[in-house]
Amino acid sequence: MTIELITEQGASQIDLKPEDCPLMVRGMTVSYGQKPVVFSVDLTVHQESMTAIIGPNGAGKSTLLKAALGIVKPLAGRTFVYGNSLAKQRHRIAYVPQRASVDWDFPTRVIDVVLMGLYRELGLLGRVRKSHEAKAIACLERVGMVDFADRQIGQLSGGQQQRVFLARALAQGADLYLLDEPFAGVDAATEKAIINVLKGLKAEGKTVVAVHHDLTTVAEYFDRVFMINTRKIAEGSVEEAFTSENLSKAYGGRLATGQIDQLDLAAV
Amino acid sequence: MIGEEFVALSLTPLLIGVFSAIACALPGNFLVLRKQALIGDAISHVVLPGIVVAFLLTGVVAAWPMMIGAAAASVVAVVLIEAVRRLGRIEPGAAMGLVFTTMFAAGVLVLEQTDTSSVHLDVEHALYGNLESLIWLDAMGWHSLFDPAALSGLPSELPRIAITLICVSLFTWVFWRPLKLSTFDEGFAQTMGLPTGLIGLALVIVAAVAAVAAFDAVGSIIVIAMFICPPAAARLMTNQLERQIAWSVLFAIVSAVLGYVLAGYGPLWLGSQNAVSAAGMIATVSGVILALTAIFGPCRTRLGAPST
Repeated sequence: MTIELITEQGASQIDLKPEDCPLMVRGMTVSYGQKPVVFSVDLTVHQESMTAIIGPNGAGKSTLLKAALGIVKPLAGRTFVYGNSLAKQRHRIAYVPQRASVDWDFPTRVIDVVLMGLYRELGLLGRVRKSHEAKAIACLERVGMVDFADRQIGQLSGGQQQRVFLARALAQGADLYLLDEPFAGVDAATEKAIINVLKGLKAEGKTVVAVHHDLTTVAEYFDRVFMINTRKIAEGSVEEAFTSENLSKAYGGRLATGQIDQLDLAAV
Repeated sequence: MIGEEFVALSLTPLLIGVFSAIACALPGNFLVLRKQALIGDAISHVVLPGIVVAFLLTGVVAAWPMMIGAAAASVVAVVLIEAVRRLGRIEPGAAMGLVFTTMFAAGVLVLEQTDTSSVHLDVEHALYGNLESLIWLDAMGWHSLFDPAALSGLPSELPRIAITLICVSLFTWVFWRPLKLSTFDEGFAQTMGLPTGLIGLALVIVAAVAAVAAFDAVGSIIVIAMFICPPAAARLMTNQLERQIAWSVLFAIVSAVLGYVLAGYGPLWLGSQNAVSAAGMIATVSGVILALTAIFGPCRTRLGAPST
């Protein structure tokens, strides 16, 4: 066991130069009140990979992402983005929060939300020019929402809201995309549209990390898996890490054996 | 000439009312959207003990000691709210309600127990202000607006609230994008590197400055009403934040002008002898506008209510 651990960790450290590693989280520990939600978690995201963060409800998936981004203040832990501190590399990150985390009754239009992704370019008082609008429209086109540009955001369905959030992230022009439950409560057409955009990003050489809850689509959508239940359970390619053994370790009794059998497990 | 009487007796109270209303309504838009509208209420209450204590210490009713007292009271209130919230482990709204009512009550108590009969500082003044008394005695007509000698006789509340309004407007204009972004999606704003905590604090400070400056001139009733009523009514008129701001400014102006005129002349039209409190009438008009928009406004349905 110890030898395995050393070789595993040693291998990943020799293979990956920090500057080639889009996201490296070390010793991340977060607690809400007295209860630790994420405990001493190391996460290593590989370049041009699509990583699913999976685990049962309340296992700290979203919290890990938020802590890595500095949205939630961790008790301990550090984040490295392309080998540098988060503050220096923010422009290379695009974050898609959970759809339910904002009030969609907010008085604004779809196009305005996408333009929020251009805040770094626009600055405090920079004028929104035709080129900015064209960029926002192009991003809406990629997610199939161009016809909704002038709609009030409250008029959108859940899936459409999720696509607008993705368009805003695209407008940021980042290298690393972090998504929190992008497929939660969306219709089938939206799920397909989103996964196509994400696969397109990967093809462009970008890196995608998503908190994911649907175990049946893990192997189809992603190439790497990070399994968490407060502590890290497993990390690696889908073939290595997405095993019934790891799943029962992460989910315990919450996942019936029959359910595990139905999953498209690469190697057991 | 009718202008003469108007400029001397009504122009300055009208302007002070209008400026106060806009200065409070602007930050009120963001406070309402952040579901922090209560903060405006809290601030306008906690300034009372600050002003009373400042008066007791200095013995004069002057602008600067009152402003400093009000600011100190705001700081004490913020610290107390945090302390109650953490020690009592209760939600911020409850802590706020506890602290500001207690401080306001203490302010009223101290005010009643001390001898303030010689000066114009009493509970009624704190609530209604004295808008009607802010007249411009040196004015002889419209041409006085260009007469330096007459201008120096302007009530000092007018330039103070005017400067406050300019500062509040500048803040809203310069920090428009960070305010909008962090109000809509705080987590995303943080990943953009925006200091959302600082932005929220700045908004509360700006609201406090507006509240204190307006309180000085028009009392706390207008302040409370203007933080909430025009922005809330404006939200029911449009689904775009830019237009909401414009509507809220319009509603603030209409409330101030119509309320002032109704308070001065309304009772006369009804055959009564005495005018009623302008501050009370302005607040009432803003409430009526909110009620009307709540019934007839085009954007009343809560579109973004959690659906799925």
